[in-house]
Amino acid sequence: MVNSIITKNLNVYYGDQQAIHNISLDFLKNKVTALIGPSGCGKSTFLRCLNRMNDVIDICRVEGNISLNGMDIYSKEIEVEHLREKIGMVFQKPNPFPKSIYDNVAYGPRIHGFTDKKEEMDLIVETSLKKAGLFEEVKDRLDDMGTSLSGGQQQRLCIARAIAIKPEVILMDEPCSALDPIATSIIEELITDLKKSYTIIIVTHSMQQAARVSDKTAFFHLGNLIEEGDTSKIFTKPDHQKTNDYITGRFG
Amino acid sequence: MTNLAKRKKAELRFRFYGIFSVFLSLLFVAILIFNICSSGIGGFYKTIFLTSIHFDQKLLNLEDNASEEQIRNASFRKLIKNSFDESFKDYSKDEIKQIKKLFYRKIDIELKNFLINNPEFLNKTTKVELTASTHIDQIHKGNFDRTVQEKHRKVNNFQLEIYDKFVEDQKVKKVWNSTYFTSGDSRDPEAAGVASSVKGSVFTILICFLLSFPIAIFASIYLQEFAKAGKITDLIEININNLAAVPSIIFGLLGLGILLNFFGLPRSTALVGGIVLSFMTLPTIIVACRSSLRAVPPSIREAALALGATKNQVVFHHVLPLAMPGTLTGTIIGLARAIGETAPLLMIGMVAFIMDIPSNPLEPAVGMPAQIYLWSESSERGFIEKTSSAIILLLMFLIVVNFVSVYFRKKYEKKW
Repeated sequence: MVNSIITKNLNVYYGDQQAIHNISLDFLKNKVTALIGPSGCGKSTFLRCLNRMNDVIDICRVEGNISLNGMDIYSKEIEVEHLREKIGMVFQKPNPFPKSIYDNVAYGPRIHGFTDKKEEMDLIVETSLKKAGLFEEVKDRLDDMGTSLSGGQQQRLCIARAIAIKPEVILMDEPCSALDPIATSIIEELITDLKKSYTIIIVTHSMQQAARVSDKTAFFHLGNLIEEGDTSKIFTKPDHQKTNDYITGRFG
Repeated sequence: MTNLAKRKKAELRFRFYGIFSVFLSLLFVAILIFNICSSGIGGFYKTIFLTSIHFDQKLLNLEDNASEEQIRNASFRKLIKNSFDESFKDYSKDEIKQIKKLFYRKIDIELKNFLINNPEFLNKTTKVELTASTHIDQIHKGNFDRTVQEKHRKVNNFQLEIYDKFVEDQKVKKVWNSTYFTSGDSRDPEAAGVASSVKGSVFTILICFLLSFPIAIFASIYLQEFAKAGKITDLIEININNLAAVPSIIFGLLGLGILLNFFGLPRSTALVGGIVLSFMTLPTIIVACRSSLRAVPPSIREAALALGATKNQVVFHHVLPLAMPGTLTGTIIGLARAIGETAPLLMIGMVAFIMDIPSNPLEPAVGMPAQIYLWSESSERGFIEKTSSAIILLLMFLIVVNFVSVYFRKKYEKKW
């Protein structure tokens, strides 16, 4: 088992308030890790540290160490744009650009200068959409606005957009919370497919979803990592009382 | 239940107030438009006398196939005198002099222009449209009551008699006044036109737009997207908002003090006018642009950032295009205000009697509002009409600008 991302003694502060307390957590390559926990427990903050999305928040301060394949991602040598090329992200609310479906997917490869040939770009767009399981539905209308798709399709478009820049890791911040059950199940299948090629870290509020899609689960509470381990173990016989209370729905 | 009845009644009352206010504001607009149109439409027409003229070669002292240059240099005085003496044989010298006053005083120029455009009529007789004097023009259009006492009229009874005779002979006509659109200002209402002021306004607004639009966009992008939030940014923001409310004449004084006196830019020019108006327009556009940038959902920024776009790319690929419709609306509002602005232009000398049509922004010019102001001060009756006509043109100009802005907004607006 190879670790993809390793975090060590991570502390995150918003101004004076500490949002994450000394978390050390490793993520296995080509596995799905679910981060669960009640609202405000810091799991989204934690996730956004992994591709340095918190950089844009002025008052946010990150201490500790995060490394991707052994490289410290907060070191000066790492350009944040390169980092985000390696660690893609899918957000809670589908947020396609108000551009065509094609341009949505092609945007990432274009700015990173993957290719300037039309045919190669077409291929990238096609394979990305295929991997996201959207190609069959949209192949005849690639010029339509990305925003004209349904919610579930939009979220798959966002996944295709993230895949198109060939990341190693995909971060998903409650990707199904705005979707209906059918769209959710499609995305869950997709996640299971995608883990063959990518390391996936998913924040979710749905216990069932965590149980269905993830290999590893980490339980967060009030900015602390309470427990982590194999999903089967966390959901059947957790070590911690709090974890047990949460997964059985007694709080949260 | 009585409570609900009360609430419903309150709603009904509010609706009534609303409808009443809408009606009232529409009424004001309607009165304004009607008033201006009724007094201004006439200005687009002029009264002419169809006059038979024999372009006698000898009187003009011109050879066959005279060149344009020769016609221009020829004296038409003898020809005019001869024509009048011949047409009004039965009248005394003094009476003929009075008849002549029914015509616009520059008959020679009108005839000259006619002959230059139609040289084939040399030595032939033809009917020429000669512009009537402004007093006759006003009487013919019904703007002047001809029953007032003779001593209060510019046109005496004898002249009226002749005029009536012309009307009877169907020699008087109202025609489209193309001079109004092609000539500059003049002391004579018959010859005054809006061309110089329209061109002055166009130059001024163009310069104002070219300066204020890019500067405002860059300033707002920097303030909104790049600058760190803090005391200094707040201070700048407050000051920009204050700047938007500064009386426009202050900007004129600024232009006078700095642009004219310190930098020595040419006085009364569209260049200086445009710069001064852009001072005034800048804050309006910045405020509009910043609020549209703020309205772009953060999720779009996050999406682009997460793909590894640089901040610059996020702004120019995604945020700015989405903020463009709002920015354009603000720009048009700012420019529309600038078009109608007179006060700052007074300060830099853009209210002057300018006959020549400016060919570039470095030549002296007036704007349309200043032209309207100048004409409205004239004592000549004919200028009242010209003033209203110019207002109609200015309003049409604004309507066109507004339609253009709506078009661009619709074009760039993205559906979500």
